[in-house]
Amino acid sequence: MTDTRTISVTVNGSRHDLEIETRLTLADFLRHQISLTGTHVGCEHGVCGACTVLVDGQAVRSCLMLAVQADGAMVTTVESMTGENEQLHPLQQAFHDNHGLQCGFCTPGILMTLLEFLQHNPSPNETEVREALSGSLCRCTGYQKIVAAALDAASRLRQDVGKTAGRRES
Amino acid sequence: MKPPPFHYHDPRCLDDALGLLAEKENAKLLAGGQSLMPMLNMRFVFPDDVIDLNRIPELTSIGEDEGLVRIGAMTRQCALERSEVIRDHCPIIIEALRYVGHIQTRNRGTIGGSLCHLDPSAELPTVAQGLDATIHIQSKRGARTLAMEDFPAFYMTPAIEPDEIVTAVEFAPWPKDHGFAFVEFARRLGDFAIVGVAVLLVVSADGSISRASITLGGVGQAPIRCTAAEEIVTGSNDSDAAMREAAETCRKIDAMDDLHVSGVYRQKLAVALTLRALRKAYDRAIGESVA
Repeated sequence: MTDTRTISVTVNGSRHDLEIETRLTLADFLRHQISLTGTHVGCEHGVCGACTVLVDGQAVRSCLMLAVQADGAMVTTVESMTGENEQLHPLQQAFHDNHGLQCGFCTPGILMTLLEFLQHNPSPNETEVREALSGSLCRCTGYQKIVAAALDAASRLRQDVGKTAGRRES
Repeated sequence: MKPPPFHYHDPRCLDDALGLLAEKENAKLLAGGQSLMPMLNMRFVFPDDVIDLNRIPELTSIGEDEGLVRIGAMTRQCALERSEVIRDHCPIIIEALRYVGHIQTRNRGTIGGSLCHLDPSAELPTVAQGLDATIHIQSKRGARTLAMEDFPAFYMTPAIEPDEIVTAVEFAPWPKDHGFAFVEFARRLGDFAIVGVAVLLVVSADGSISRASITLGGVGQAPIRCTAAEEIVTGSNDSDAAMREAAETCRKIDAMDDLHVSGVYRQKLAVALTLRALRKAYDRAIGESVA
């Protein structure tokens, strides 16, 4: 028995129309069907947070969603973050500068989680950052430098918003 | 591929979902997927059919009507967190949601899914029990309601038939000036609670408690309403002593042993956390700021 469905998903701005097995998770769809391996798969049961992507702007664990459920949705993965000339996103640059990663396995999920979090809460305090990070497991850093990177990124993004809008958003 | 093979259905209206559920022998309903998907990925469940409720708009709503707050079963936890209706009428739900998983799981997880999964340590069933929620249930055979008190049949099993779907949850809000608190202890934020406590209080002008609701999660196989403790705090002239005496009754509750902690430890936690929650709720009711 193979239950298949043709879905149409927009990933990082590109539309993909593909026939898939309905039991395929969104994480496996991204990695195996459209070869975007930036989304990492750790535990595959919703504990580690490594596979976090944005679906219609919301951070979700892509191992806990079926690809067929993303039919018609806009998916954003870590590959979308770098701009032209491979220039890092301010959030990525903050992780680089603060040594917010060691092996980097958990980093894509953390970046995607923070991308949504910092949109809702551009000026978080440390407690709020730690709460936001509670859904991601990192076995290298002890989190200190991830927290520092997140706070630094928040400040950089606020400055960016200030520059483009001509004012600093609270 | 992690999940076992199944036939996937994504009905666009409740009636179609009810029809499918009535017709399929071994079907599972997929709500937010934050419990069913891990169970599929680990192959703990082998449904022949998965009926996805995520494309049924009529199950997603938060409304207030004739003094009752009604939440569609497929309303996501993140929508509840941001809802003004919930903030105004049932703020304890928002306080409890902070402990429900993480941002990424609350973005998908639903109130109906949480209630039906009925994990003993889950926050939403505990709060629903404390608020005396009414569960709305439908099948092809008709609609019925069930008091939250009667909703758990046994461990992680709601008292609904295989062809029935929980469609909504209804709460009667407490008076505007009520005090509330949801307090829990877990090893890490977002982990399954070892013990959680939901407390609602109404405090009279003379400082005595006129109405109380105290519910423990994580202690028994389903949320436990502590009626004996509620009776002790209600009407007492010395509220502080009564709260201490009420919390102490939790030491006698038959608490679960599991691989994490012993039943005795759960009883001790239940005493400490109940007192903490009672004091926090009391302070809120009399207008003191709480941490």
